[in-house]
Amino acid sequence: MNQSGFLPRADLQRLIDRLRREHADCLGPQVRDEAIVFASLERAEQLPFGYLDRQRPGSYRLEFGDSERAFAWANGPQALKPLVFEPEQPMWHSVRDPDGSLQFHPVPAKPSSLAVIGVRACDLAALALQDAHFLEEPGDPWYAARREGLFLVAVHCTHPAETCFCASTGDGPSCGAGFDLALHELDEGFIVEVGSDAGQAVFEALQTLPVAPGQRAAAEAQQARAAEVQQRRLPAPARLAELMQAATDPHWEEVAERCLSCGNCTAVCPSCFCHRHAETPALDPSRSGHARVWDSCFSAAHSLLHGRPLRAQTAQRYRQWLTHKLAGWQVQYGRIGCVGCGRCISWCPVGIDLTAEVDAILGEVHD
Amino acid sequence: MAVHKFSSCDGCQLALLNLGESLLALQEAVEIVHFLEAGPSDPEAPVDIAFVEGSISTAEEAERIARVREHSRYLVTIGACATSGGLQALRNLDRSERAWREAIYARPEFIDSLDQATPVREHVAVDLELWGCPINGRQILGAIASLLHGVPPIEDADKVCLECKRQGRVCTLVTRGVPCMGPVTHTGCGALCPAFGRDCYGCYGPAENPNGDALARRFEGLGLLPEAIARHFLFIHSHAEPFRTVGTAWRAQREKDDA
Repeated sequence: MNQSGFLPRADLQRLIDRLRREHADCLGPQVRDEAIVFASLERAEQLPFGYLDRQRPGSYRLEFGDSERAFAWANGPQALKPLVFEPEQPMWHSVRDPDGSLQFHPVPAKPSSLAVIGVRACDLAALALQDAHFLEEPGDPWYAARREGLFLVAVHCTHPAETCFCASTGDGPSCGAGFDLALHELDEGFIVEVGSDAGQAVFEALQTLPVAPGQRAAAEAQQARAAEVQQRRLPAPARLAELMQAATDPHWEEVAERCLSCGNCTAVCPSCFCHRHAETPALDPSRSGHARVWDSCFSAAHSLLHGRPLRAQTAQRYRQWLTHKLAGWQVQYGRIGCVGCGRCISWCPVGIDLTAEVDAILGEVHD
Repeated sequence: MAVHKFSSCDGCQLALLNLGESLLALQEAVEIVHFLEAGPSDPEAPVDIAFVEGSISTAEEAERIARVREHSRYLVTIGACATSGGLQALRNLDRSERAWREAIYARPEFIDSLDQATPVREHVAVDLELWGCPINGRQILGAIASLLHGVPPIEDADKVCLECKRQGRVCTLVTRGVPCMGPVTHTGCGALCPAFGRDCYGCYGPAENPNGDALARRFEGLGLLPEAIARHFLFIHSHAEPFRTVGTAWRAQREKDDA
């Protein structure tokens, strides 16, 4: 078992202060624009104490109750993705010299130092997937620099949303690895667990109290319950791999009647990594910029080959997304690309539920 | 370069004039031979790039746009009016235009407009369309810069949602149930309305592959009545498909309900 100790609720500020001293910034979940989002955190009171999230297909609502807790919600519109995989990353600019030759000037990756409190098990699993993609040799220097500078304080999830299914993908609701520190939130405070050497140093400075047996039992009970209450699920990976044989299933067309092909599912998906390369020409014709920009398999431009879209139809785009995420990734990265966070369900403007679509295509029946 | 005005409010020309410092760089890069709003007047001069603002609403305009086409190497429409007919095209939906005219104007006989207000594309060949009501400086500079580099300009036709998410905005439709047009609307504005917490009203027109029917059904699910759904689609781009078909179908539904 990881080394652990108890931190009274009133001492949470000491953790925040410590992280702010050691890092350029510390982010934590806060209520902004009617959702829980990561923002710069200075005081513990900024955390969403008392808030619950009610998520349904196509709907996200915050409710304020009388809970003493700061983490009694599932997740917000984004995981860690925007912090490491920048929505728009300048890569180089080019200059044409008077003799006509081209010079390319790379945009160097800057060292980064960022602590994040309130990371979920699904967020950590998705980060590991993004690592597999972006850190594979030769590696992406901008992602690597941001990733290297992350210090992650996870909080085991006790309040999965109606849209969550991390228990079925094996990625949550408890955090297994990939964090520096992990917290169990109890009514009276936090059990702090160590997950890395960097976490160990912070842990020692916190001078936590011993964990009482009753506190340990309470933490275990709430984690078991967080898994049990989940209503959605995905079939096992071997079954999902069969999606590749369903290319001509008429259900893709049925989904396409509802799907807006707006790409919201891919933008909020914490593991989706697709991007395009965009030129940013200047009026001075001797200069041009080049950036990597978030893209989506739901856009026509993403499937352009020799100027023609390979996937002009929505059914083709939805099929591409689902089969790549749930089947293709198994070949590429050794596991499915879904971590069960449910964001693609909640943040789909028309509430398309990938677990229901998978069941319809595979003919899966759950009791 | 020339900037021509047809039936329009001049807002897109202002997007050019409001470029600030970039206007100085523009002066270095191109020679502006015709741009009444800024001063130069030579509408018949041959040009490399002609920007056209406004819909074709009168017989004189239909004849003039043909001449612009003849002496322009690239013809680029700027804004909703030139690109889809804009607000003026609302009258295309209403066959009682003559009655309106007579009710509103003291001397309606001075009005010499065509039956329909139509986009430039329905009259002459267009090389590039810049959507938006109004367009912004980034679009127009991007087009000019690409042409100066000798490459075809790329006008991104994705939905507003992708840009909205890149900027880290929280979805207004999902959190508040407001009827946001972002999922069917052409990007380019920089997700301006969602950045201020309001729903997109579609001023950049239809995106590529838009599913207006599905979004309209979603609006119905959010509690909008058929006429309110119709008005979301029949607003700034009522002449552009599929907004026209979706909107008129929901208006017909309202008329059926009324009956």
